Amino acid sequence: MEGFATALEKSLVSCHSCHLVCRATAFHGKGEMICPRCGSVLHQRKPRSLSRTWALVMAAFIFYIPANVLPITTVISLGHAQSDTIMSGVIYFILTGMWPIALIIFIASIFVPLVKLFILTFLLVSVQRKWQWRPKDRTRLYRITEVIGRWSMTDIYVVTILVALVKLGGFATIEAGPGAIFFAAVVVTTMFAAMSFDPRLIWDSLETQYE
Amino acid sequence: MKALTTIACHECDLLYELSALPEGSVATCSRCGAVLQRHKRDSLDRTLSWTIAGLILFVVANAFPFLALKSGSLVRETTLITGVVELYKQDMQSVAVLVFLTTILFPVVQLTGMLYLLLPLKIERLPWWKPALVFRLLRSLQPWGMMEVFMIGILVSMVKLAKMAKVIPGIAIYSFAVLIIALAAAAASLDPHLVWDRLEIDR
Repeated sequence: MEGFATALEKSLVSCHSCHLVCRATAFHGKGEMICPRCGSVLHQRKPRSLSRTWALVMAAFIFYIPANVLPITTVISLGHAQSDTIMSGVIYFILTGMWPIALIIFIASIFVPLVKLFILTFLLVSVQRKWQWRPKDRTRLYRITEVIGRWSMTDIYVVTILVALVKLGGFATIEAGPGAIFFAAVVVTTMFAAMSFDPRLIWDSLETQYE
Repeated sequence: MKALTTIACHECDLLYELSALPEGSVATCSRCGAVLQRHKRDSLDRTLSWTIAGLILFVVANAFPFLALKSGSLVRETTLITGVVELYKQDMQSVAVLVFLTTILFPVVQLTGMLYLLLPLKIERLPWWKPALVFRLLRSLQPWGMMEVFMIGILVSMVKLAKMAKVIPGIAIYSFAVLIIALAAAAASLDPHLVWDRLEIDR
């Protein structure tokens, strides 16, 4: 192992998709550089990582509100309609004693998206302020946001299955509510937000200190 | 085969000169702890066999109902696609499309794509149409296939519906369960570095 040199310092660039390390000669001009192995455009850091991630995080925070306030399902049974938000579904499960299910939905739909958004916000601020604080742990936090986001889709799938099954000859029907659209939007935007954040930015502010 | 390859950590950009890893070993970044490279045992064979198993299971999982609801004499069965169609009819097009992509299209593209790439590589040939582009596409689709999350969705729905009517698990639910294992095993046994190296040979 050599003494802590990064690809950036050595004018090398590693491809985002196939991880081939190439010489970054073309970057001194204006032209784009293409990875000779897989054909994707090379960047030393993900392009406009911070502004993209900020935009997606902000959008997700905004979507999070209607996702939780608006109903995600409406049960119509014998002419009587009852709407449920994510939280009222959780409460229903707690009241009926099915707390493991309540816990799954609470964690997947309410806790995970919020935690993910707060972690990304924290990482964005820490990079912009050039904090030196525990880069290894911050990278670990980033890894968590990459992994957990997908599990929030659980509730969307539950709605899909319920909608398909509960059409018992007009006796009862379940309709998906507008909350489901916003909730799906939260999941998708937070996933894109995690993908557009470049964890190498966490380490870049450290390197300037060594110089 | 002892040649050194230069590699940069994809999470903190630190450079390394890696020699070929012994089978079954992992190289991690000493600074941030990210996995740099993993030499997996029989990567090609294992990924290929899990992929073929996955494709067969995928067909079964989609062709048969995975849940049925019984209330009195009324029975309602559902396959994977009925939920998507129903959502679409209820003016939830965006959600329907998202469910369709993450549980049907992306998993099947992933499986057939891997088969298309790995089968020729297995017999020491290159896939004929833009293998690099296909593999790049598959790698970026990877996080969007969400079969395992869908399985949790099935379990939650079963509990939720148990109060309303009798829930009967269908054949497809078992193939779903095994399909998730096959997908996870295929992803875990895939060695992207190996595939990139093999694809590069004829250039």
